[in-house]
Parts: sequence; structure tokens; C-alpha cells
Amino acid sequence: MSAHHMPVSVTPEDARVAPKPRLRRYQQASWDEKLVFELGAPGERGVLVPAPDPSIDVPEIPAALRRGTPPALPELSQQQVLRHYMRLSQENLGADLNIDVGQGTCTMKYSPKINDQFVRDPRIAALHPLQDDDTVQGVLRVIHDLEQLLKEISGMDRVTLQPAAGSAAIYTNVAMIRAYFTARGELEQRDEVITTVFSHPSNAACAKTAGFKVITLHPDADGYPDIEALKAAVGPRTAALLITNPEDTGIYNPRIEEFVRIVHDAGGLCSYDQANANGILGITRARDAGFDLCHFNLHKTFSTPHACGGPAAGACAVTSELAPYLPYPTVEFDGTRHFLDHDRPQSVGKMRPFHGVVPNLVRAYAWIMALGAEGLRAAAETAVLNNNYLLHKVRQIPGVSVPYAEGRPRVEQVRYSWEKLYEDTGVHSEDIGLRAADFGTHYWTSHHPYLVPEPMTLEPTESYSRADLDEYAAILAEVAREAYEDPETVRTAPHRSSVHRVRPEALDDPKTWAVSWRAYRRKILGEPA
Amino acid sequence: MTSSQAQPPAHPYIPNTVPAVRQAMLDEIGAASVEEFYADIPDAIRLHRPLDLPAPLTSEAELGRHMEELLARNTSTRQALSFLGSGCYQHHVPAVVDEIVNRGEFLTAYAGEPYEDHGRFQALWEYQSMMAELLDVEVVNVPVYDGFQAAGTALRMAGRITGRRRLVVATATDADKLSRIRDYVRPDHDVSVVPVDRETGRADLDAVRELLARGDTAAVYAESPSAAGLVDESLPELAELAHAAGALYVVGCNPLTLGVLAPPSSYGADIACGDIQPLGIHQSFGGGNAGFIATRDEERLVAEFPSRLFGLVPTTVDGEYGFGDVAYERTSFARREEGKEWVGTAAALHGIGAGVYLALMGPQGMREIGETILALTAYARRRLAHVPCVDVPFGEALHFADFTVRYSGARTAAEIRAGLKERGIFGGVPTGEREAVYCVTEVHTKADIDRLATTLEEIVK
Repeated sequence: MSAHHMPVSVTPEDARVAPKPRLRRYQQASWDEKLVFELGAPGERGVLVPAPDPSIDVPEIPAALRRGTPPALPELSQQQVLRHYMRLSQENLGADLNIDVGQGTCTMKYSPKINDQFVRDPRIAALHPLQDDDTVQGVLRVIHDLEQLLKEISGMDRVTLQPAAGSAAIYTNVAMIRAYFTARGELEQRDEVITTVFSHPSNAACAKTAGFKVITLHPDADGYPDIEALKAAVGPRTAALLITNPEDTGIYNPRIEEFVRIVHDAGGLCSYDQANANGILGITRARDAGFDLCHFNLHKTFSTPHACGGPAAGACAVTSELAPYLPYPTVEFDGTRHFLDHDRPQSVGKMRPFHGVVPNLVRAYAWIMALGAEGLRAAAETAVLNNNYLLHKVRQIPGVSVPYAEGRPRVEQVRYSWEKLYEDTGVHSEDIGLRAADFGTHYWTSHHPYLVPEPMTLEPTESYSRADLDEYAAILAEVAREAYEDPETVRTAPHRSSVHRVRPEALDDPKTWAVSWRAYRRKILGEPA
Repeated sequence: MTSSQAQPPAHPYIPNTVPAVRQAMLDEIGAASVEEFYADIPDAIRLHRPLDLPAPLTSEAELGRHMEELLARNTSTRQALSFLGSGCYQHHVPAVVDEIVNRGEFLTAYAGEPYEDHGRFQALWEYQSMMAELLDVEVVNVPVYDGFQAAGTALRMAGRITGRRRLVVATATDADKLSRIRDYVRPDHDVSVVPVDRETGRADLDAVRELLARGDTAAVYAESPSAAGLVDESLPELAELAHAAGALYVVGCNPLTLGVLAPPSSYGADIACGDIQPLGIHQSFGGGNAGFIATRDEERLVAEFPSRLFGLVPTTVDGEYGFGDVAYERTSFARREEGKEWVGTAAALHGIGAGVYLALMGPQGMREIGETILALTAYARRRLAHVPCVDVPFGEALHFADFTVRYSGARTAAEIRAGLKERGIFGGVPTGEREAVYCVTEVHTKADIDRLATTLEEIVK
């Protein structure tokens, strides 16, 4: 008889399992994984390639265009490759794993798994974009119908789904604005774009790339874009206003119609960056405030996965006045069949190869079809409820403040400040974010410039339960407590992640930055090139 | 009616819609209703009606059935025999690539720090490093949107470095890509497209020389293979011409060729760019494209990248690999309109997938797939040249995957393409009234190509 079958007297007290602690005992996988170049052995293979029929010769390659030395790629067997990347995946914290409310301004929400099944189906994954229209009626209908859904959601007249992401959509809108004024012979005169400092940096950067001068409005004392500054900036040189509402502070600008009117009166166009649309779906629309163009990030508002930073997908919606400038081809429906229309003489041209990031268009379509009008409204209202609930909890944490618009509600996110905690303890917002990683979550401090000192932007969206929000607030409260009582623990975090704090100094020096293994070996290890 | 029937069920994607939970949260905040949180949105711009959308397919089963009906209206390149390429390629995607890119940890992550997202940083840095080996350079970016964007940005980088206005396109380049480039460089550059020699398909060096003599060229742009699939023997000479004129040489290339073909840096390219879709990314109706830009490790070049560059650095613990952004101040994230062009969410996961692909293939796999495609392309060109009323131009010039055919019979390219479709073959993208482009890859067999040829014999008259 083995030892564990020996009769032992057990009391109920012995059998009792202690309840889980208030905060989870999290430990991220840490594999101390080597670089892929340090693995494998010469001659190992991960996959074999079909050889051509023996009767077919490989043609002669001209000497100047023939590869001399084989590329020094790693040589690994298949399972080694799999294991390496599985380990790296375990050292990564996707939204499927954590309460991802700390990636504010990015609208992290649940991406339904069934939608991934649709895009993996060969009838999406193995479609070629140059197939005859008759062989792709299903996907053309998805694109066409998603455009119709977004027309209603934005109130606009026409939509393109070609842009590859949100910033690409901002650029597409700027390109259409440029084409519009070019067609009217006004581009020489209208060379300025006005934006706000609390909008995504791509608004300013895309306008500059497209050749416009950029004027940035700063917030007034209450955090709203300064309307007096707008009045001073606007004039015959104004091509457009690019603005987000609510801005990244989560504050909705109640005078948005007036902003639009001021710019229209000066002959400019107004483009609505709807990166923060999640809290206002079905509540108010770009067209209702008078905008001429808007865009959506399908990976934010419409639930396509963020994929470590893309592929994403963008949608631009415009009034009929701007419609002639949409990228070609457009997807049309003649009542019987869907087809691509390349004959668009005033089009800005192509923004991306083919027809957009189609897998994400399929996912966004499926998401909207699963929710309908009532569901979109419920998503918006719940996102706003969750945000104000989290706001209520977080503002009770010592050291946190909520700058601007005192007493006003926030829409779908809040930009907080740890300024007081920093003054009291010397612990930065970034430190708190890194310590939060020890509890299985994270936050990002959001965009430069840091007008709000020691910023933290939280955006709970509709996807997180009350218990999730309570847990997240409890993590922040715990880290703030530590900052006051044991600041060194916070300053040296993370302690339970795959790796410890990076020493970033080498990243900004041309002598030491190492963008590849071969650069690292030459510059840092001193190996011969 | 019971209370459970009276209350619509909570949507599975949205917790906290259960009335009791919602009420408890409102109570805790001290708010009467969600309306209070919308107090700043003026009534005049409120939508006082429900959105006019189709009735929702709330159950997963209903949604699945609806989507199945739509998918059934597509015919995939697995159901037909496809010879379509032209910028989107049908290659075998190894199962391990799909396994990794569909992991939720990667698929659903975003912009985490190097601590919670160490895996993403390492996987993308390794992608950069493997691409650097393939391209024989030291700097490759985290993927941009696609090859069109990569070309536009590479040319703008050359423009910023040289301060010059003209961009010369020397090899056959896809019309849609040219459209994108023209739009993208418009404020700062004029694009001069030099038509290739119609007989040889190669760059017209005299015409390029003539343009360069004006002394205002920022960059000469060439592609390997060209939009017609041709690997131009003039590629090294174009480098010499560009450099002699004080211009940079920018080469767009298909990275899948580089197991057998020389990397652009070896024949003088200052910037290489292109699309990684051939490296283990599904066609997805054109949704699988992602772009790369590559240079030597020179500060003047690195400083002009708008996109993210991940670097390897130590952490506070000896022996740990840490990662971070190289020269972040270049970017619009740091400096808004003062940054280089712009950076945002682009196509990072495709970089991870391409990295897995390269690790699986290794140097031998990359050589073998290159040889297989070169061989099959040559065979397809020879075989189709024997079809009556089909000419395969450009003689013995090396082709990779794509190639041009010209029809000399009565049928147009569009009619022939329609005839092929009726017989279950996708191919022959028209590039003129009687000209078309076909494509073969490693997924094709000799028998597939023979079937294409015999089918064309029936159609082309």
C-alpha cells in the first residue's frame, strides 16, 4: 500500500481552502528564451518546399543578379520554431488575457472569436483580389453592406473602406480635402489645417505630410479646445479643421457645432476623427454636428483585434460633395450583382493595394450585424457607464486628480493625472504602469506632449464587467498605496514580468542602437561585419 | 409573461447590461441614469431615433448561418485553379505560421510596454533581423501598411536626404502603386515614369540618363521583379546612373526571391522596400499586404524612417534581452507634425507571421522556393508560347512568378479571361486590350500549367 492511501485523520479545518487574495498572485511566463538566431543547427529544416517536376530546369540567373552567399537565416526543425514562438506568445499580454482598460485612446474591446473563424475560412483567406466580380459576390456584398451600415452610423452619404488603418484614414480624408480644393482652384490659397493638441498626433502629421501647414489649438482653462484660439486661427487660408470629440481627455466639447460653423463660414471643411466614437454610437453622429468627413478605426470601435499594432482597418465617410474624390475602385450594387467601379475620374487614387484590409472588414461587419441598433447603443451606454464608474472609483485613490472640466461627466475615457502622487513620492506615472504589470495588466501614458502632468488614460469600453473594473481600480489603489509606503517597489517594477526594466540609453545613440542581430553583433559584440 | 421573457437577454459581448448590475453601478456613482453622462452633448445634435440598421443576429448560430450564406457566394483559389498574382500571391502558408498569428496573446495585443509585451518586441525584432539577413542590410522597420506605402515613404526619405524634387521610375511598375506614389509625394515631388522598352521589357537607360542629366533627381526607383515579373539585368547599371547623378537608388523587391536573387543592397540600392505578403500571409482578397523598408545602418538614413524600429538593449538584470524603440524622437508619436510623415497602427502581426515563415524556411527553404518558382515560371512561359495566337514577349529574360502574354488572335484579353473562368481557371489579368499577366508559384504543378495551356488552346483564336 502506497503512502498516500494510508488512513489519516482529517478535520474540516484541514480541508478548508483559503479564499483567493483580493489581488491575484500573477506571474507572467518567463522563459529566458534565446534569440531565434541562437537556436537550431546547420541543416535543420522547419518546412520543405515542393520541388519542380524533374523534367523542368531552373533557368540560369545572370551573375550580377544571382545571390552569392545564402542569407544567414536560422535553421530550425519545425517543433523548435513552434516552441520558440509559443514561448514568445506566453510572454505577451493580449486583450484576451487581461483587463485591458489601460490602453486608453485605443478602445480595447472584446473581439468575438466566431469572427476570426469567418476570416480563416478559405472563402475569405484564399480569395485573390483580382478574381472576376462574379466569383466574389459574397465578399463584395460584405464590403458594400458594411459601407451602408457605416453611412447610417455616421449620417454621411458615402463610405470607403480602403484605408489600411485609422491614421491611413485620416490621411485619406486629408487627401480628399486637398483634391476638393484643387478642383475648386483654391489649394494655393488654402494651405492651413487646424487641429487640437488632444487629438491623435496623426491628425497633425498627416496634414503636414499632405503639404499643409498645421495650426494646433490648445485647451482652454476647462479643457475644451479654445474657441477664441480657433476664431483667431481661422481665415481664408483655412483648408480644414481636424478634430476629435470627445477628445482624448474624455471631455465632450458641447460647442462642436459652433466650431464647425466658424470653419465653414471661412470656407474650410471639417473632418471628424472618430477614434473615440465608442461612447457615442447611436447617440450623436458626425453629420449631425455638420461635419463634411469623418473616419472610424474599425479595430477600435468595431471590434477587430489590434494584432500587436495592426493589421487594422479604416473607414472614411463623406458627404456627397466629397464623394467624387473617394479612392478607386468603389463597390457598387446594381440591384442584382455587386461590382467594382474603377471609373472615378476625380478620385484621389489608390490608398492601398486592392480593396482594404478585408479580414477586418468581415469582422467589423459581423460585429455590427450581431449587435444591431440596440446593441450599438447598449455598447455606447455601457462604455460610458463603465467609464464613469471607474472614474468614481479611481478618483478616491490618493494622489490621483482629474484635470479640467471639474464637475462635468466624461464620455468613454478619462485622462487622469498622478501629479500629486509624483510630488508626494517621486514615483512617475510610467512607474505605476510598470508596477501594474505585476498584477497582470498594464497602462500606457498616452500621447505626447504631456499637457496633463504624469498622465494616465483609462478607457474601460463596454467589454469589461463590474468585477473587472473593481479589480482594476483595486490594482491602482494598491500600487498608489505602495508608492506612498514603499516607493522603491514601484520604482523598480516590474518584478513578475518576463523581463525587468530596460536600460534604454543605447536606443538613441547611432553608435549603439541595434535594429537587427547583425547590427548588434557588429556594433556591440564587436564581431567582424 | 415571466420576468425572464420580459427582459431582453444581456448581449454576450456586453456585460453590465443586466438591469440589476447597471442599477447598482449607477447607485454607486450616485447617478440617476446614463443620460447624466451625456449631459454635454447638445440636444440639437442628438439622434432622437434608433439607428436604422438590420435586425441583429444576436445568437452565434444565426450569425454563423448568415455569414455562411455570404461565404458560399465566393469561389476561392482553392476551388478554382488560379494563375493570379500582380501584387498578391498564392503561396503555401505553413501551418505553424497560422498557429502563431492566431494565438490570442499576439492577435489581441496592442501597444504594451516591453514588460508585459516582451514577446511582441522580441518577435518583431527577430523579424527585422531575419529580413536584414535576407536583404543584406542592418536596418529594417516594423511593417508599414503595405508595399505601396513602403515605396511612397522610401521615396520621400530619399527626397528629404537629397533635398531634390524629381523621382524617376525606371522599371515597369503597377499602375495602382504608381497612383499611390503620385498622391503620396505630391506636395514635394514630381514623378517621371520612364516607359520600359516594349521589345525587351527592360529599363530604357538612355531615357533615364536624359532625365538624370537635369541634376534634380532625388531617387531612381526600380523593381525586382518588375510589375511584369521580369528581373531586369539593368538593375546594377541603374544604381551607377543614379549615384553618378547624386541621386539615391530605391529598389522595390519581392523578398521571396532573395534566396536565389541578389539582394538590392548588393547592386547599389540605398533603400530597399516592398511587400511581405509572399512570406506566409494569406491572400485574403488583398487584405494580407504589409510593407518593409530597409537601409544600411547610417544615421542620415535611419533618421528619415517614420516607422517604428525596435532595438535590442540590456535590462537591469544581466543576461536578459530587452527591447525598445530606436530614435523615438523621429516619430510623429513623439513630435506630431514635426516627426517624419506619420506612424500609427500598421501591420505588425504580419511581421510576426513573416518572421515565423523565415525561421521555418531557413536559407535552404528560401533557395529552394526561389528555384522552384523560377523553374515553373520559365516552364509556363515556354509552354504558353507554344499555344497558337499566344505570344510570350521578352525572350529569355528571367521571370519570377508573374509574366506577360500577348494575344494575337481575334479574342480580347477580357474575353479570354472570361473563357478561362468558365472552365474553372482564374488568370490573365488584362494589362491591355490583347495583353495580360499570369502568375505561377510553388503551389502549381507542371500538370496545372499544361491544363492552362490546353485550355487556352481551346479559347484563344
